[in-house]
Amino acid sequence: MKDEVKKKFLALIIDDEVQIRRLLRVTLEANGYTVIESVNGQDGLVEAASRRPDIVILDLGLPDLDGVAVLKRLREWSRIPILVLSVRERDQDKIAALDNGADDYVTKPFSTPELLARLRVAMRHASPAEEQKVFRNGELEIDFVNRSVTRNGKAVKLTVTEYSLLRLLACNVGKVLTHRYILKEVWGPNAVDQTHYLRVYVARLREKIESEQSRPAMLMTEAGIGYRFMSESQG
Amino acid sequence: MTRIEGPNPDELLAALKKEESQQRRGALKVFLGMCAGAGKTYAMLESAQKAKKAGIDVVIGYVETHGRKETDALKEGIEVVQRRATVYRGVTLTEMDLDALLKRHSQLVLVDELAHTNAPDSRHPKRYQDVLELLDAGIDVFTTLNVQHVESRTDTVREITGAQIQETVPDTVLGEAEIELVDLSPEELLQRLSEGKVYLPEQAATASTNFFREGNLVALREMALRLAAEKAGQNVREYMRSKQISGPWKLGPRLLVAVSASPHSEQMIRWTRRMVDSLGCTWIAAHVETSHVLSEEEQSRLTRHMELARSLGAETRSTADDDVVAGLLRVAREQNVTEIVVGKPTGIWPFGILRSAHFLNRLIRESGNIGLHVMRTEESSNLRAHLSHFLSREAGWRQYLQALLGVSLVTLINMVLDVFVGPRSTGLVYLMTVVLMALFLYRGPVYLTAATSALLWNYFFLPPRMTFHIDNIDDMMMFSMYFIVALAMGHLISRLRAKDRMDRRREERATAMYMLTLELGDASSWEDIVRAAVSNVERTFTAKGALLLPDVSGKLRSDLPEREYGAAVWAFEHMQATGRFSDTLPMADGMYFPLRTTGNALGVLRLQWQQKSPPTIDQRSMLDGFVRHIALVIDRQRLREMKAQTKVLAESERLSQALLNAVSHELRTPIAAIVTATSGLDIGTNPAVHKAMVNEIRQAGERLNRLVANLLDMARLESGHVTPHMDWCDVSDLINAALKRVTTELANRTVSVNIEVATPLVRVDFRLIEQALVDLLLNAAMHTPHGSPVEVSAHVKEHSVVITVGDHGTGLAAEALPRIFDKFYRAPGAVAGGTGLGLSIVKGFVEANGGSIQAANRPSGGAMFSVALPLQEQPIV
Repeated sequence: MKDEVKKKFLALIIDDEVQIRRLLRVTLEANGYTVIESVNGQDGLVEAASRRPDIVILDLGLPDLDGVAVLKRLREWSRIPILVLSVRERDQDKIAALDNGADDYVTKPFSTPELLARLRVAMRHASPAEEQKVFRNGELEIDFVNRSVTRNGKAVKLTVTEYSLLRLLACNVGKVLTHRYILKEVWGPNAVDQTHYLRVYVARLREKIESEQSRPAMLMTEAGIGYRFMSESQG
Repeated sequence: MTRIEGPNPDELLAALKKEESQQRRGALKVFLGMCAGAGKTYAMLESAQKAKKAGIDVVIGYVETHGRKETDALKEGIEVVQRRATVYRGVTLTEMDLDALLKRHSQLVLVDELAHTNAPDSRHPKRYQDVLELLDAGIDVFTTLNVQHVESRTDTVREITGAQIQETVPDTVLGEAEIELVDLSPEELLQRLSEGKVYLPEQAATASTNFFREGNLVALREMALRLAAEKAGQNVREYMRSKQISGPWKLGPRLLVAVSASPHSEQMIRWTRRMVDSLGCTWIAAHVETSHVLSEEEQSRLTRHMELARSLGAETRSTADDDVVAGLLRVAREQNVTEIVVGKPTGIWPFGILRSAHFLNRLIRESGNIGLHVMRTEESSNLRAHLSHFLSREAGWRQYLQALLGVSLVTLINMVLDVFVGPRSTGLVYLMTVVLMALFLYRGPVYLTAATSALLWNYFFLPPRMTFHIDNIDDMMMFSMYFIVALAMGHLISRLRAKDRMDRRREERATAMYMLTLELGDASSWEDIVRAAVSNVERTFTAKGALLLPDVSGKLRSDLPEREYGAAVWAFEHMQATGRFSDTLPMADGMYFPLRTTGNALGVLRLQWQQKSPPTIDQRSMLDGFVRHIALVIDRQRLREMKAQTKVLAESERLSQALLNAVSHELRTPIAAIVTATSGLDIGTNPAVHKAMVNEIRQAGERLNRLVANLLDMARLESGHVTPHMDWCDVSDLINAALKRVTTELANRTVSVNIEVATPLVRVDFRLIEQALVDLLLNAAMHTPHGSPVEVSAHVKEHSVVITVGDHGTGLAAEALPRIFDKFYRAPGAVAGGTGLGLSIVKGFVEANGGSIQAANRPSGGAMFSVALPLQEQPIV
């Protein structure tokens, strides 16, 4: 009995819309989650602290606190994966959420399979990742030890920058990375506004690793926000 | 139903109140005396004290007691509004402070010496004009006046006392005034004078001995009494009129005085005014403009006469007709005049007298039921003055010299000819000379030519030669005939030419008016109107022009210096001409004319005259025409803008109606689908049906979501809240992102993507352009048959990157092409569903990014939308 409970993930839903909560509860419970609900930010923070959920699904438009404020407060003490689920569509809102520690962002209305996939990705990244030596995704293989990349067994020549970009995206597979974050990680803190670097390098990378450059399957653009490395299993 | 926006009740009320206060004009009470020292100021102060006791708010605007104790004592307790001091040519003058009085706005103001002339920098040249302004502001005024200063009496005063009166008050000012006569017998006055109780300015003191003769005083007293009596009679008549049916009064007398440039006109005008006073009727001063060219002096005299008539309360009319009689009678008939006043004929014998007699005869004959007064005019002009004036008026002395030279030359030629021909032929040569001269010279020189040539002919060529004597009756006849023919010819031809000149002037005027009408007619914007008005004014008058228009708050917009601006505002608010050559603020550089149609002024026309003399009657009437026309055009423009606004309102109403229709339909359909499908889910167990229902629900939801997104986008565009976040974007990235979002909608189609190699980066808002492309792709998916291919391409063209979305549908109808991007426009035959918003949003987004969009039909069939995004210098990587 205890083991069974352990296997189930505990999801905390912080949303003031009763219909959305009901829908999420049905969906999540059907997919092996245990669900607890909070109707506002304060309550949500208390629940998160006392119940220690495996994942938090957070709405940004809460009656008492702003969602981003809740995010910040949570991140002060916890690394629980947080998935933001909101009707806010503007890029600024998404970027603000992601830059303040959200693991992913899904806009309402959402499709159930996509939500579940995003939840899995978020939780995978949160669990202490075992040191991966080789990353495989379809035809692509990245050897982190030797810093070599092969596609269909053939070596792909990458520049240093291209490699660091690919490695960053591959290490965060399935997770959206904002422009700012990528630029800071790859080019350094002075380059955070030079989005054209990204445009050019992503285009070059696609040319080298995607089978059909005009329809990328791995390096996905998140319009106005950043990029996401899509693993084959997710696609 | 369109609800017409009415004024709000508060504004309406305020306007009404303002109107009410404007309607209540102040009352004027004049303390009239026969001359200085009659005790007017004393009487006025006495009345003021009474009024004050009755609780009326009285202030002293300007009272001069000249240190007389009794009078000074009466001033006590009455508030004095400080006078305004100005320095003029080193002398400090104090004047009544009009603005302070207007600001103080008491119920009653005391103003001494109504006929006073103000210091040059005052707003009005005359004090009575200040008083009129106080009255306009609804303030009552007590004032004092000597009878000799009343405009219509100045003639008589001069006749009696021999003194020329400079400071006069127009009779119109006294029109509505209550007159209180301050009477004193001449003996008493003389007594007071000898006791030194009458103050006289020093320069007047010497003249006063002549003025204050008992005879004069008796006459002046009679005048004052008569004026007061006439006034009283008038009041009675007015009272009767106001109480009775107006019938008989409509048929009452109405006078017309014929005004010309002749110096006699002034007397006639004054005489008519006195007639009008005793008859208690209305009157008109009319001038008939003929082809006769007026000298500058005459022109200004005429202007003065008309001004005088106006100030004496006449309506003034000016008409153009070469036939003075016809012109006068036309005006008379138009204005229902009962009596015409004309001057007794003057002029040089024989022509002047003959002409005037003819003039009077015709007037008597043709005036029908209109009465005629022929006025005695003072015979001031002697023959010589008249003659020299007449002859030199048009032609300079140079022309006379030319005439004499011509005649001498012809005489020499005739002497040569005389050898071969007889005196008749030489006579004809002379005659020809006269005719030729008439073609080039004015009347005077032509007469001179005629006379000298006749004499020379007689002297040199008619036997007996070298004498003025004529022997036979034949030659006598010939000589006289020659003389008459020459004069007549000369006269006729110069009249013809004068008429010609007149016609030309009229034509010039007509052309100027026509040009103004034409150019203003073409003007469609305010800038155009101002430009056309100013250029036409400057072309027609020797002045610099400017048009001042009010801004939204109704204040005049202008960068003029304060004094000029003050004059302009005055003209605008009081709807009277101000500035130079006018009665209000004549010290200003410019002259200002209010532009009005009905009701309020719409703007002000400023003229900065380059000429030194006031505008002539001709210019004034022309200017009046201009002002009226410009005002009409401004009014028209205002109405046009109001109409355009109404149209915008109607348009937005139409749009919101369309929105409501579209939204209600677009919302209801998916909602209906969801409700129906869920009820189907409840009862059915068939997995296939189940799946279909779920599919329906999902599609309906997506459709609803799209609709809301569209409406939000539209609202953002409309409110101007779309601020693109420009960033470098990869075109293929843009296209891929868009394609990915419409995977489901384009599932069963082949989508070919053709991106030119090495397409440069574009600097746009990724999300907006992506959304635009998504909408274009959805549009293609919606309006083309299932399974037909869709093509997306990108290439560089000139200075932009062009992204095209092409389909293989039926293409766009020709009539739909120009309107395809309009809000709520749906192409004819479009499939059901859709709000007609999509493409207008696409356009809005593309344009917000500095791009452009075009729709076209492809030659191979199907529609094609091209989004052109501006190409910029590529960043360095």
